[in-house]
Amino acid sequence: MNKYTERLYNGIIKENPTFVLMLGMCPTLAVTSSAINGLGMGLSTTVVLVLSNLLISAFRKVIPNGVRMPAFIVIVASLVTIVEFMMKAYFQSLSAALGVYIPLIVVNCIILGRAESYASKNPVLPSIFDGIGMGLGFTVGLTCIGLVRELLGAGQIFGVQVLSLNWFTPITIFIMAPGAFLVLAFLVAGMNIIRKKMEEKGKPLAEPAGCLNGDCANCGQAAICADKKEA
Amino acid sequence: MDNILHVSSSPHVRAKDSTNRIMAYVILALLPTTLFGIFNFGLKALLLIAVTIASCVATEWVFEKIVHKKSTISDLSAVVTGLLLALNLPVTLPWWEAVLGGVFAIAIVKMMFGGLGQNFMNPALGARCFLLIAFAADMTNFQTDTYTGATPLAAMRNGEVINTMDALIGRTAGTIGETSTIAILIGAIILILLGVITLAIPASYLITFVIFMLIFGGHGFDMNYIVAQLCSGGIMLGAFFMATDYVTSPITPNGRILFGICCGILTGLFRCFGANAEGVSFAIILSNLLVPMIEKITIPRAFGQVKEKKEGK
Repeated sequence: MNKYTERLYNGIIKENPTFVLMLGMCPTLAVTSSAINGLGMGLSTTVVLVLSNLLISAFRKVIPNGVRMPAFIVIVASLVTIVEFMMKAYFQSLSAALGVYIPLIVVNCIILGRAESYASKNPVLPSIFDGIGMGLGFTVGLTCIGLVRELLGAGQIFGVQVLSLNWFTPITIFIMAPGAFLVLAFLVAGMNIIRKKMEEKGKPLAEPAGCLNGDCANCGQAAICADKKEA
Repeated sequence: MDNILHVSSSPHVRAKDSTNRIMAYVILALLPTTLFGIFNFGLKALLLIAVTIASCVATEWVFEKIVHKKSTISDLSAVVTGLLLALNLPVTLPWWEAVLGGVFAIAIVKMMFGGLGQNFMNPALGARCFLLIAFAADMTNFQTDTYTGATPLAAMRNGEVINTMDALIGRTAGTIGETSTIAILIGAIILILLGVITLAIPASYLITFVIFMLIFGGHGFDMNYIVAQLCSGGIMLGAFFMATDYVTSPITPNGRILFGICCGILTGLFRCFGANAEGVSFAIILSNLLVPMIEKITIPRAFGQVKEKKEGK
């Protein structure tokens, strides 16, 4: 596995931002009332994430360390504004459904987290792949939650009625807020079972890919790293 | 393995009380209410009660099989949960929704948090609220062959005056177990005489509720209205059978009174200003969530303990 595919695998499976790192919970819980909303939110975040990783990685040597956060925010906010306008122009209904959560991508912790822990320390190309991996991981997570909630809460998949309303009473709690917490909890539990099974088989999913620079506080792997130095 | 040498910590004098026994007492105390519910709503109520209990017990058994734990279905707690849940359902509810409620009560509210003794809210009420949000239309459909009118609470909310005698005896629309105040009171007396519950929680709950309704009910000191409010809806069933649940109510004496006050205020708030006519189940589970904090501030002072003085500078 070369380092680019490793980045993709890392983002989608090993350090999935939704199910493993538990980052970006706010949009995860708020917009996943249907699969299409989850997919739309995930993809728009992916676009911003890839471009912000690209720009931040390219500028990493000129951004002074003391003001790196404001600099990251400015870059991310500009990108989000572009994405927001594009969505308003071409995907009006989706934009209306996602509402305020599109502008809120600016403060999404996945984006700032990747900028801080990966893009600001690594060359451009791996950073782009890191963005794609993390973005797709987020998209997969949100779409999964959306699928389950939409199926149970409305009997639909991507807006198509699959469970006939003749015999199925929609369990509306699943498209409301409590359902988001329930479904997320069950999917995370499922993910943890798979993770445990893999470890028992001797193929751990969460093997740290080697220490980046010993800086545990800023390391994205700290949550799952076995050799973490206690702070 | 060597039980002879096993010495537990004090106290060494044991009472006969066990989980099993207390749960059996609760079931006994619920019998009048259950029987009246079946009499009032017909055999369909019996069927719904049976289905709900079966669902709770089966869920507990299956869950413990899956996680390789010792089966605890013989302690009857799942039966009590199932029975209480069924008494809180309208008789018209489709059976599979009742089954889902049983699964939610046991698997999610109770077992996920560690089983009996660890659950942070009353499983039966948690499941009732789940069903209320999930199937709002089915859970508030009280139209049966016998009763076609609104529930007493809904009627009172519309400004009608209800027949207090009907509400007292239970010849009204409502969930299976909540209609008959008399049957619930018989059960409550059984529980108190057997020493299963004390009056602290129900008394403070009901008194607070009455005071709240006197002030905010909008009917002043109209005793007819207050009695009607007490006799209709789930407040009696809630106060005696669900707010007093050992696991989810405080263990400190003052804490119990405070807990009852919380339940009373919340119930009054929901009934007077809420979107629905009834709010007992939400009031009790919200108060359940406050229990750790209530216990923290009401730890009784140990004998001889001196209050710490604030150090002056």
